[in-house]
Amino acid sequence: MSKFLTASIGRKFIMGVSGLFLVVFIAVHLTVNILLIFDDSGELFNQAAHFMGTNPVVKIMEPLLGIGFLVHILWSFFLEYQNWKARPVKYDRKSSGVSSTWTSRNMLVLGALVLVFLIVHVLQFFWVIKFNPESMNSVIIGGEEMEDTYSLVAGLFRSSVAYDLFYIVGGILLGFHLSHGFWSGFQTLGLSNKHWISRLQVLGKIFSVIVAIGFSIIPLYFLIKF
Amino acid sequence: MADKILKKLNIKVWRQKNAADKGRFETYTIENISTGSSFLEMLDILNDKLIIDGQDPIAFDHDCREGICGTCSLYINGRPHGPDTEVTTCQLHMRKFNDGETITIEPWRAKAFPVIKDLVVDRTAFEKILRAGGFISVNTGGVPDANAIPVPYEDAEESMDAAACIGCGACVAACKNSSAMLFVSAKVSHLAKLPQGKVEAKKRARRMVAKMDELGFGGCTNTGACEVECPKSISITNIARLNREYLLARFSE
Repeated sequence: MSKFLTASIGRKFIMGVSGLFLVVFIAVHLTVNILLIFDDSGELFNQAAHFMGTNPVVKIMEPLLGIGFLVHILWSFFLEYQNWKARPVKYDRKSSGVSSTWTSRNMLVLGALVLVFLIVHVLQFFWVIKFNPESMNSVIIGGEEMEDTYSLVAGLFRSSVAYDLFYIVGGILLGFHLSHGFWSGFQTLGLSNKHWISRLQVLGKIFSVIVAIGFSIIPLYFLIKF
Repeated sequence: MADKILKKLNIKVWRQKNAADKGRFETYTIENISTGSSFLEMLDILNDKLIIDGQDPIAFDHDCREGICGTCSLYINGRPHGPDTEVTTCQLHMRKFNDGETITIEPWRAKAFPVIKDLVVDRTAFEKILRAGGFISVNTGGVPDANAIPVPYEDAEESMDAAACIGCGACVAACKNSSAMLFVSAKVSHLAKLPQGKVEAKKRARRMVAKMDELGFGGCTNTGACEVECPKSISITNIARLNREYLLARFSE
């Protein structure tokens, strides 16, 4: 194992696996969250949030997800430092734009910006739902009492344009991060060849556009509607 | 039709006496360069002028001057092998430049490729990687009958495409991480795709990657810059194959 973690490909494997794991989470997260804009009474989203909060599978996955985030974030800084050391004298003049995209070269920058968003996001919602549920209202849907998660989210999005813009930018940044990260993850795991490389790149682009639009349409909906 | 003449060019070039010297940029002016001359011919003309003026000529690597040996290098105007595609520096022509332009010439920059003098870097690291596993040690016997070992057409083609690598190091120079993954993956792939090379495929991937890491090359972040800048257009799908070969080798231990 130690040999695996000191080898460049082994190290990248950790990034690829954790990244693709987070991709699955984002797909699930967006699927649940998009319900926010389909039912203004909030019942649909509240039921979904309640299901996610009580489902045993989700309960097991929750700490794993936390570990996934930590590994992906901390490991990225370590790897970037290793890569940075591989070129002690930098070039005076570079025309990097000719041969690669800005996004692919700046995954750490994009990732760090997404991290800033993530910290604020977790504190605003996850933290409140998980550790301070008393501060939330409760509703009764279908005879079952549950936290009014819809009011928490909708309330924040209605409270200030700044929050809406912050969440829109966050979604877009995540989209850019994924536009390279999605196919790059597969490539790193060796799950690509001359046929699949372009397919994965196109799939990655489609997925990142869905993620960017999907997540930013929610605050946009509240911004325009209320 | 006669080639156009570039009346004046400013050549900003990296000068470094030896490996220990700190090095610096010097700018030279050169006049009346034909657009039909190659980039290296332009440097030859500049060097002639420097010698006549009693100065030390600029050291740069070159050999075959027909794009097959992989000896020439040079990071020109921010790109390995300069502003042309699928060519080495020796095949780059002055028609790619404009009159009055300042051309910046730097050596390959990587910890694993230390500068020896001026624009010459030590690429022994590539040789070391090859020596670690870029060969076939099984006894293949005498010349077999042509049809005795069937090789699918696709495999032969992919193997030959990977074998086109001339080991110039442009991939390392182009990569933001100074990664040698394209080079190593090409060397692993051209053998792994053929029957004789398959036998040691796992061992080869493991050893060559270990050597590559030891020599201080960075990791691959899949920017794809190497493929674009490679004079032989080696595909990054080879990198996916190397990742696969390496991971399978590791997991099967």
